[in-house]
Amino acid sequence: MLEVTGLSVAYGGIQAVRSITFHVNEGELVALVGANGAGKTSTLKALARMLDTAGGDVHFLGRDITAIAPHRLIREGIALVPEGRGVFPRLAVAENLAMGAFVRRDKAAIAADLDHVYSLFPRLKERAGQLAGTLSGGEQQMLAIGRALMSRPKLLLLDEPSMGLAPIMVQKIFSVIRTVAEAGMTILLVEQNAKLALEASQRAYVMESGEITLSGNAADLLGDPKVRQAYLGE
Amino acid sequence: MEILLQQLINGLVQGSIYALVALGYTMVYGIMGLINFAHGEVVMIGTLVTISVAGLLLKLGLPVALAGGAGLLAAVAVCMALGWGLERIAYRPLRNAPRLTPLITAIGMSIVLQNVAMLVWGRNYLTFPAIAPKAQFEFAGASFTAVQVMIVLVSALTMAGLLVLIYRTRLGMAMRATSQNPQVASLMGVNVNRVIAAAFVIGSALGAVAGVMVGSYYEIAHYQMGFMLGLKAFTAAVLGGIGNLAGAMAGGVLLGIIEALGAGYIGDLTGGFLGSHYQDIFAFIVLIGVLMFRPSGLFGEKTGDRA
Ligand SMILES: Nc1ncnc2c1ncn2[C@@H]1O[C@H](COP(=O)(O)OP(=O)(O)O)[C@@H](O)[C@H]1O
Ligand SMILES: [Mg+2]
Repeated sequence: MLEVTGLSVAYGGIQAVRSITFHVNEGELVALVGANGAGKTSTLKALARMLDTAGGDVHFLGRDITAIAPHRLIREGIALVPEGRGVFPRLAVAENLAMGAFVRRDKAAIAADLDHVYSLFPRLKERAGQLAGTLSGGEQQMLAIGRALMSRPKLLLLDEPSMGLAPIMVQKIFSVIRTVAEAGMTILLVEQNAKLALEASQRAYVMESGEITLSGNAADLLGDPKVRQAYLGE
Repeated sequence: MEILLQQLINGLVQGSIYALVALGYTMVYGIMGLINFAHGEVVMIGTLVTISVAGLLLKLGLPVALAGGAGLLAAVAVCMALGWGLERIAYRPLRNAPRLTPLITAIGMSIVLQNVAMLVWGRNYLTFPAIAPKAQFEFAGASFTAVQVMIVLVSALTMAGLLVLIYRTRLGMAMRATSQNPQVASLMGVNVNRVIAAAFVIGSALGAVAGVMVGSYYEIAHYQMGFMLGLKAFTAAVLGGIGNLAGAMAGGVLLGIIEALGAGYIGDLTGGFLGSHYQDIFAFIVLIGVLMFRPSGLFGEKTGDRA
């Protein structure tokens, strides 16, 4: 579904991502793990057209999306939950969710999807009229994920959904990610918390200093002594 | 007492005009952090276009209402196009430039527009055609004209329309989202370039309406009139909290009233040393005071909505 070939991203002269190649099949939950500064966010931003690529190409459903206008991407079926959530702080929770469906016109289906998001995150329904800026970090993460789902994406990109959250909230968020994945959503999950990500995913790639150094079945990587030493603190 | 009421009425009228112009500054600032110093000149062009169009139609013998209406529509159309062009030609290429660059460009555009207006309409004062009714009313010892009533009413209606647009429509939601986080708004499918252009175009349309009001109120116009008006409206926007819509409206009315009261009492206050023609100093006392003591304005940017 997503084919990334030789992708590079640079800030000025500094290469943050160096010619990485990976893919995500339809219906898979694939993790991209690595230490802080490895280049995970830069990779997702390039996929979501928030950054221009410095080389390589990205095909989504057979179409080259490397040069598409950023605001067109969501119409192609790709939704990004950005690092740090990126909720609109002075829009109400319900308005943030409506922004997720900004490009859609199918009113009835939007209403059904809204019910679905509220059933995944009942907390959002309780706070529907509240400004998003007044939510806790965990609630904002729920909102950011719910907002992305409101676009009915074919591919969901998640950037560090566990960042800065209390363990109990992390569990909640990840149980929803599992539910969404089991319902058939294709997901590319970026995480610094390798254990969490490897446990949730089927396949994974490990990134180090802008390059993919390991890849394979998530279960195998979880058992790999190198991975255990470098990322699981053993 | 009569003087007080009279000055309050005058201030409300002048303030309604400031508020409409201030909205143009605040919308653009809210969405892209730019102070479009050429906005006062957009208003001036609106006034002058109305003079030409309505004046011509009146000369051709058209009824006053029709000529006035056509003049207003022409001003709105020309100003919208001007706002769109300013953004497209002057500011968009500078989107990622250091903040000072677009600011200097804005001042440059304001000079360019003044000069264009001078070439088209000449250096002399122009008389605004009589397109507004001349009736006069008395109330509790204060008097006001039909033009004043119309200014307040049209201004209030226009602002109500703007609030509906910003808070009840898809475009309005996109504008609010873009002002809060343009990158994420773009992820949601918002064409940020179009939303920014819309802020310029809508602000300019409000400016055109204000331009017609200024013309009907003072019955005189000039290619340099946009400068002082723009500065006052900018002051009003800062007073209300630049970037904040409700703040621009309140700041405009408040500034109008401060000025009018100041003009009414400045003679008494200074023992006759300064006459009412010194009223302009009040706007700048307000501007300096706000910038020194409360730079985020009365309604601080954080609490209100930017769009
Ligand atoms: N806006 C930026 N400007 C310059 N360098 C950046 C910028 N964003 C990230 N980088 C650099 O790119 C590298 C990768 O960062 P990032 O993609 O955020 O990694 P990760 O998400 O894996 O923590 C880091 O060395 C970081 O310092
Ligand atoms: Mg990151």
